[in-house]
Amino acid sequence: MNVLDLQHLKKHYATHKAVDDISFSIPKGSIFGLLGPNGAGKTTLLRMITGIFYPDAGEIFFDGKRFDPTQDIQSIGYMPEERGLYKKMKVGEQVLYLAQLKGLSKKDALDKIDYWFNKFEITSWSNKKIEELSKGMQQKVQFISTIMHHPKLLILDEPFSGLDPINSQLIQDEIFEMAKNGTTIIFSTHRMEQVEEICDHIVLVNKGRKILDGPVKQIKQDFKQHLFRIGLETQPNPAQMATHHFTIIQNHDKAYTVKLNEFSQTNDILSHFIHHGIQVNFFKEILPTINEVFISQVKMTDMAN
Amino acid sequence: MNKIWIIIKREYLTRVKKKSFIVTTLLLPLLFVAMLVVPVLIMSGGDSEKVAVVDESQFFEGKLADEGETHYKFVQANIDTLKNTYTKLGYTGVLHIPKMDINRPPSIIYYSKGQMNIILKSNMEKKVEAAIEDKRMELAGIDKAKLEGIRVNVDIVNLAGKEEKKGSAGLAYGIGYGAGFLIYIILLVFGTVVMRGVMEEKMNRIAEVMISSVKPFQLMMGKIIGIAFVGLTQFLIWIVLIVGLYTLLIMLFGPEATDAAMKSNAMANSGNNAAAEEAVKQMMGVMEGVNWTFIIFCFLFYFLGGYLFYAALFAAVGSLVNEDPNDAQSLTFPVTIPVIFSIFIMIASVRNPNSSLAVWGSMIPFSSPIVMMARIPYGVPGTVPYWQLGLSMALLIAGFIGTTWVAAKIYRTGILLYGKKVTLKEVAKWVVRKN
Repeated sequence: MNVLDLQHLKKHYATHKAVDDISFSIPKGSIFGLLGPNGAGKTTLLRMITGIFYPDAGEIFFDGKRFDPTQDIQSIGYMPEERGLYKKMKVGEQVLYLAQLKGLSKKDALDKIDYWFNKFEITSWSNKKIEELSKGMQQKVQFISTIMHHPKLLILDEPFSGLDPINSQLIQDEIFEMAKNGTTIIFSTHRMEQVEEICDHIVLVNKGRKILDGPVKQIKQDFKQHLFRIGLETQPNPAQMATHHFTIIQNHDKAYTVKLNEFSQTNDILSHFIHHGIQVNFFKEILPTINEVFISQVKMTDMAN
Repeated sequence: MNKIWIIIKREYLTRVKKKSFIVTTLLLPLLFVAMLVVPVLIMSGGDSEKVAVVDESQFFEGKLADEGETHYKFVQANIDTLKNTYTKLGYTGVLHIPKMDINRPPSIIYYSKGQMNIILKSNMEKKVEAAIEDKRMELAGIDKAKLEGIRVNVDIVNLAGKEEKKGSAGLAYGIGYGAGFLIYIILLVFGTVVMRGVMEEKMNRIAEVMISSVKPFQLMMGKIIGIAFVGLTQFLIWIVLIVGLYTLLIMLFGPEATDAAMKSNAMANSGNNAAAEEAVKQMMGVMEGVNWTFIIFCFLFYFLGGYLFYAALFAAVGSLVNEDPNDAQSLTFPVTIPVIFSIFIMIASVRNPNSSLAVWGSMIPFSSPIVMMARIPYGVPGTVPYWQLGLSMALLIAGFIGTTWVAAKIYRTGILLYGKKVTLKEVAKWVVRKN
């Protein structure tokens, strides 16, 4: 079951195509990474999903039905990259206001405020003005106001920027918990190490087009370079390293990075050393990081243009 | 609809709860009433004036009658010594009238501790003048009683329209000018408040958070309507406070004091007691002749219509401004220019409410809120026929629907546009493009 289905979405501005025929689906309960370099069209895409922009062409299906912005934005929580709060408003009032605009009754909203403020330990800030808070604190308030109405789809654009490690962890834990409880999360960021840590699906866009999408594990498999890291007990002499099964990419002391040649199997590497009587201490496949996939793919599409 | 209401409530409450709002709302009426009352209190302040008169020609004795709290006492003394001792003798001042030739009155000097008040001055002058005039008439052989019999006081009464309503060009001028000017100030002040509010949302980067919950149009209208209520609240409080304070004063000091206040204002213009009294009487009469309900209704209509017409445009401008506050100035220019033009048209129209400039100015919605208010006090349907009023109102309603429509298109794009300076050409494109 997909929470969101995008079909051939297009959005053109006067000078360029911000989103040019993008389709993908987001399974319910997944943490979905939307990646792309600056100016790739991520924000435009997110704005269409949140009903801020209408697509020029294409269809959006939300929770199985055609997306109806006026109704469905009640079930979406969006924390844009350009975020902010009313500086002169008190924290409690501010969160209440945003919750009411998401369709919560005043009583419901106040109950939820109680719950979340307790959970995030910010009850004592309730009567402070936003401008009196530090940036990290404001970020916390912003996050709470985004999830107050318990959205089916939560969209977070760079949610960790400006947060210290402790608060980052707090929010990250909350994201996992919400996903476990069935909330689907779209997570847009440049920080690739976070993507690997958090996301189970990703889509990569560049210049308004989708370059690839799929589960993170699958993508790593698809883009693996057949590289292996092997640690040996003794330094082999060059003759012992000559083989048609692999090529040495790099070596440092007794550790080697090798690339498996075509038509050879992983075990061929191991049996090669065993055959030469060299003790293998460790052997590990090197999978590409999402960062490497990202860079290589973006470069490739840039070159193609 | 519900969401707009929530937005209106926030926009209204955050502004009404501000200290600056409370202070200006409460202080202004106090200031207004104080301006009216303080001079009266000063004049009728019970401080009796005891004036020592040194009349070297012995001519004025018995001719300077006591008036109110002012008492004249003729003394035989050397002016140079009295000048220094009068306070000790219990006088508030010394009036020194040197020896004089009836045909060539000398300069008369009043010695006092502080500045002499203007009423005392004019009273004294009048008394001295009258005494000299009487003497001159006597010398010229003119009978005073006969002269009084010859004098007339002509008052032209203006009956306007078919019902021959008693009108006053002066009062119409005053009301028209005042109302037009007030609307001018309202448009600029509250327009700027709307613009600042939009700019705040854009700069705080809350705009995008907001419009992922509500439509841009709802956000814009919520703000405009909320601020309109702020303006109305302020007016209501002002009117209640001014009327309330005024009634309170009448109860405290009696109607004479308030009459005296008006008289003193009129006196400052005419410088003549009898004329002032006449003017006050006339003014009261004419004030009763004015259809206040109708004028207030029109005022509220043009206040709201004009506000809605311009507030949307100010909101659009606010949405275009980037970090640079100088942007705001150059972008507001196209919106403020018609308002400023309107005030010039209004000033011309209030003098000549039937000129074609006035008629056109009161039809076109860019200027009608200001200009029409200058014409209405001259009489409907006398000066402003019903069809003109109706057309002007209809055009204003159509106008603000139009500006709101245009502004909404600019606003929804502008509010999300950062770091880019927008040209008017681009803005025009946003307006014409579909969706």
